[in-house]
Amino acid sequence: MRKKELKLVVTFHTTADAMAMEKACREQEVPGRIIPVPRTISAGCGLAWCAGLEDREQIAAMMKKTGIEEEDMHECMV
Amino acid sequence: MIYMDNAATTMRKPKEVIDAVVQAMSSMGNAGRGANEASLSASRVIYDTREQLCRFFHAENPRQIVFTGNSTESLNIAIKGILNPGDHVVTTMLEHNSVLRPLYEMKDRGVDLTIVESSEKGTLDLKALEDAVTPRTRMVICTNGSNLTGNYIPLEPVSEIAHKNGALFVVDASQTAGVFPIDVVKMGIDVLCFTGHKGLLGPQGTGGMYVREGLPIRPLKSGGSGVQTYSRTHPAEMPTALEAGTLNGHGIAGLHAAMQYLEETGVDHIRAREQDLMWRFYEGVKEIPGVKVYGDFSTKERCAIVALNIGDYDSSEVSDELLTEYNISTRPGGHCAPLMHKALGTVEQGAVRFSFSHYNTEEEIEIAIKAIRELAED
Repeated sequence: MRKKELKLVVTFHTTADAMAMEKACREQEVPGRIIPVPRTISAGCGLAWCAGLEDREQIAAMMKKTGIEEEDMHECMV
Repeated sequence: MIYMDNAATTMRKPKEVIDAVVQAMSSMGNAGRGANEASLSASRVIYDTREQLCRFFHAENPRQIVFTGNSTESLNIAIKGILNPGDHVVTTMLEHNSVLRPLYEMKDRGVDLTIVESSEKGTLDLKALEDAVTPRTRMVICTNGSNLTGNYIPLEPVSEIAHKNGALFVVDASQTAGVFPIDVVKMGIDVLCFTGHKGLLGPQGTGGMYVREGLPIRPLKSGGSGVQTYSRTHPAEMPTALEAGTLNGHGIAGLHAAMQYLEETGVDHIRAREQDLMWRFYEGVKEIPGVKVYGDFSTKERCAIVALNIGDYDSSEVSDELLTEYNISTRPGGHCAPLMHKALGTVEQGAVRFSFSHYNTEEEIEIAIKAIRELAED
């Protein structure tokens, strides 16, 4: 298995929110990708947005602007 | 991409299915809503598909085949439309949330619910089931195959226990319709719930149910029916009684082509092929150090599913690695089967589920085995 790194993991209440996130990130060239939610995190939706810790501010700003609500934002080994 | 998530949906469909949907979308009117050619063409295809499904499940009458959007809708209709407060219902730990959640909802409304435990191999304990079902039991509802372990549940013994006690027998055939032979009369099934987009190889948004003749079910919906317009109540005649609103005619046209494909190819042929691939994969991974396979592999008949974990790695992590490094699609996590995970002891870790289609190849299986070996060695 690949070595884990500390990453930003954004979880959502619904799959619809996760899809809105992916679409918005692609359109606005915000980094990251969809991953299955790691078990260390409990979340309503099984999909999460994973990105580098350094992208946190950019992601938070984009989500605020676009009106996408996260369930939580975690920093964890992925 | 190597697609091994066929228990979620069979992604690859016969070309005839795709062509039929495209053709329907450019020619089909609304079934039962007029005598114009466009409307009639929809009515004819939908009726023909009813006949196909009736033949396929050996039902008495095509009017007892109802179209729904999926298994979940069918199961909701069966559970909420039959049970009343005070009734006793028995189910199993193998069930999917599409059975469990409507049952929990009914429990809150006063239905008495018994859930029969299963072994840590995910098998159904028939003796425990027999003890749970009593003459006051209104319904026994169980899956024909676990969506997590692939364990196959022979229906006749369950049906016998239900009917001996005067209970109805409702079956969730989500994982088996189109792959295992189902004879509703011989197997004593009162209500069969199925989806169109898995083993039946049709489009998503198609599904249905068989309801034994004379068994009344309260509809979940009422509304447009195309008949008895001036009546204040929805028609009571089957199948219209349970089919309010425009049907998914375009999807059903695809299901029609899929049923033709299944009739021509043969369910036995498809099952033999899927099982061959499943056993090949199982034999290839079961001895790999660190790999734990879940379920009962002591019987030949089982759904083409292998659920496993590698060491104590998070199943999400393994599934993600299979996708990113090997381009293999699997499903990690809980699979909407909370009680089955509880029985297997995998609530925390989840499991990586490989589920096969007859369209998968030996070469793909070998790649998947190699991937598991490499990940387990790391």
